[in-house]
Amino acid sequence: MGEFREPLNVIVTGVGGQGNVLASQVLAAAAVEAGYRVSIGETFGASQRGGSVMSHVRISREKTYGPLIPKGHAHLIVGFEPLETLRILMDYGSPGTSVVMNNRPNYPIGCLLGEEKYPEPASIVEAINKLIKENYVLSATELAKEAGNPMSTNMVLTGALSGSGLLPFDTGFFTGVIENLFAGEIRELNIRAFQKGVEAVRELAMKK
Amino acid sequence: MSIFAVALDQPGRSVVMTGNEAVARGAIEAGVGYAACYPGSPTSEVLPTLAQLGDRFNIYAEFSSNEKVAIEGVAAASFAGVRSMTICKVDGFNVALDFATAVCYSGTRAGMVIMVGDDPSAHSSVKEEDCRFLARTANLPVLEPASVSEAKDVTRFAFELSEKIMLPVVVRCTTRICHASGNVTLGDLPTLEKKAAINRDQKFVTNVMFAPFMKSKLKNVAAMADTSTFNVYTGPENAQRVVIACGVSHTYAAEAVEMLGLGQSVGLVKITNTWPLPENFLLKYLKQAKEVVFAEEVDSFLEDGVMTLAAKHWEEVGQIRFYGKNSGDMGGPRGSYAGELDPDIVAGCLGKIFSAAYSAPGFTNVREARELVSSMPGRELALCAGCPHRASFWAIKTAVELDGRDAIVLGDIGCYTLGLMRTGYNLLQSVHCMGAGVGMASGLGKLDRFGFRQPVISVVGDSTFFHSVPPALINARYNQSNLLCVILDNETTAMTGHQPHPGRGVTATGKFSEKVEIENVLGGLGIPFTVHDPYDVEGSINVVYSLLQESGPRALILRRACALVAVKGHKKDRVYVDQEKCAGDECGCARFCSRVFACPANIWDSQSRKARIDEAVCNGCGVCASLCPRNAIVVERTV
Repeated sequence: MGEFREPLNVIVTGVGGQGNVLASQVLAAAAVEAGYRVSIGETFGASQRGGSVMSHVRISREKTYGPLIPKGHAHLIVGFEPLETLRILMDYGSPGTSVVMNNRPNYPIGCLLGEEKYPEPASIVEAINKLIKENYVLSATELAKEAGNPMSTNMVLTGALSGSGLLPFDTGFFTGVIENLFAGEIRELNIRAFQKGVEAVRELAMKK
Repeated sequence: MSIFAVALDQPGRSVVMTGNEAVARGAIEAGVGYAACYPGSPTSEVLPTLAQLGDRFNIYAEFSSNEKVAIEGVAAASFAGVRSMTICKVDGFNVALDFATAVCYSGTRAGMVIMVGDDPSAHSSVKEEDCRFLARTANLPVLEPASVSEAKDVTRFAFELSEKIMLPVVVRCTTRICHASGNVTLGDLPTLEKKAAINRDQKFVTNVMFAPFMKSKLKNVAAMADTSTFNVYTGPENAQRVVIACGVSHTYAAEAVEMLGLGQSVGLVKITNTWPLPENFLLKYLKQAKEVVFAEEVDSFLEDGVMTLAAKHWEEVGQIRFYGKNSGDMGGPRGSYAGELDPDIVAGCLGKIFSAAYSAPGFTNVREARELVSSMPGRELALCAGCPHRASFWAIKTAVELDGRDAIVLGDIGCYTLGLMRTGYNLLQSVHCMGAGVGMASGLGKLDRFGFRQPVISVVGDSTFFHSVPPALINARYNQSNLLCVILDNETTAMTGHQPHPGRGVTATGKFSEKVEIENVLGGLGIPFTVHDPYDVEGSINVVYSLLQESGPRALILRRACALVAVKGHKKDRVYVDQEKCAGDECGCARFCSRVFACPANIWDSQSRKARIDEAVCNGCGVCASLCPRNAIVVERTV
């Protein structure tokens, strides 16, 4: 079980349309189930159209904090996209920050138009590993496909965060929330994807 | 975060909800009976929340055709004795303002609240605007919640205040309140009976004679504000350094004071009544202060108000140095008049003003990481994969090139505003406010006597059409202006989250309502029109080209459901690139699908040096397949 700090600052980052807003809401709801207070800062609207999206989740016991985490104060970062993860880590992280990330790039439009070049994903992971000690890198999109649909990448990463041992509450609080939030086939898919994330991160943790 | 939390009948329980849901809950606790809105980020989710709970709490909730109609309906409900609320973004408040500046004279009866969402940093707007100046112009009091939890309490209180002073009350929320989530302590649910009636002897008339009465109501609000528990001072007694903040900026200021270790010397004043101000409450702290800093977003509204107050009482307050937007001391990288605040910006500014050092924890050696990140600048907004607007823009762009007379293309407000940028081929030349493109096209279409020969195209969405296009089209028809109005009908209000509109066939509560057909509106106005499917790109090019050759006001409806709505609940068609047929860079198409057509699902495989489709992104529209010069893209239809 992870250490609790007041407040525990988590950032979920990715690109509009990847489902990271939902992931942050599941995290917050699980924290509430576990007896904590939460504050989430995010924007949606135009950002769903391919822009960078970041959710700040602040988990606390004593009081409710403001919706934004100050620079350098993130304890955990969940990255849906490699370059966005590095970008956010540089601004909001410090050497003690832990990361759970997807290794699959989402190419910005400028890159597709051939005007910019996306760096090698491996070099991004390497750069992150030089900055911090604890980084769990997953093929989350591939795992989501195995679970049945690449759209469930968000639940794979939520599972990985939950199974990483970095949070002060266990996976049961998450599965409860997911089961309440969804119904039918989507619920089954999301639970499968979540479990894949839990297993994948535990395997990585064993290797460390 | 969940409608269940908003509906819970468990007073005292702490639940998590978004700021918008908290406003809805506050309204429900206050016994709101009538709610109307035209959707606009960041406030779009309030009305749907009330609509979903309409049967449970006996609330009538509607999406109105625009904000002016919404506020008028809401005021009427108040006249009839039913507590009522309208919700808009600040741009929408502009639309409603004509009525708002009149209703303050007639006054209202049952509590009436206007929730306005300001969007500092213009996350989902074309501009930043401060609604507080508009509220003051309309003589309406302003309350600003500083947190999600306060959004609920302030909204509930706003209804009581409105009823007491018989004026609508503005609740100003910013994006970081509306879209934030946090714990809210539930209050009790209403028991009051909702009954609508207007006596024959009751009158609601706007007349300048009533100005003194209206002004005395506002004086009353200021007096009540002095003892309101929403306005709070925290910090040492007799602080000579004081930060005055409102809204979410208050939480930033509190955290910044803590990060700077200034808690022992700096006092923090939280103001919820930003207009009219709690003057006596503020004077108490102004009298002891030598330095005052303001933290607020968009404009220097609170700052101007407090400085005027200090000037009025200069003999008592003595010399104070003020720091804020006016002095240029409070603001981020874009200066003090643009962009939202955050804890770092406030800490940086307070650190400079109070000579306290602050440096955020972080990394020492980031050269390599910075190089990687700077190789890719920030992400530009893009039309989604499969977006029918992309196909429409491609057709218009091609037809304009074929026509060769430098047609002017005017834009409007919606997802298709992205036609200004690369995924819309930089096609649009203007964007201002709802419906403005058609009004401007009507003007350009009358410039022929000055030698203006370029064809004029105005592009609007379906929801924008119902909101404000008919008056401009009536004008164009009446004055016989030369313009082609292209209506990009994706059958929803997509940008704000797929709310229904009059052409959708359903109401805010999901009930069936006979569609208002765009065709019937155009036909009634006597404007000739054509309807086409933008996914048929070749056909659309021909239609646009031939319409460009005609004169007078004319319209084209390019109709195809928003790709995000269309794929919901369906298995997507599989689209892939036949790697045998794709000739890569040998083709001569200059990587048409990925580089030119600019759909985020069309990617370039740098290993095989051929085009590929990202199945995680593709929505299966197949438009790229119809444009590939080698027919290398295959659409596998799912049955």
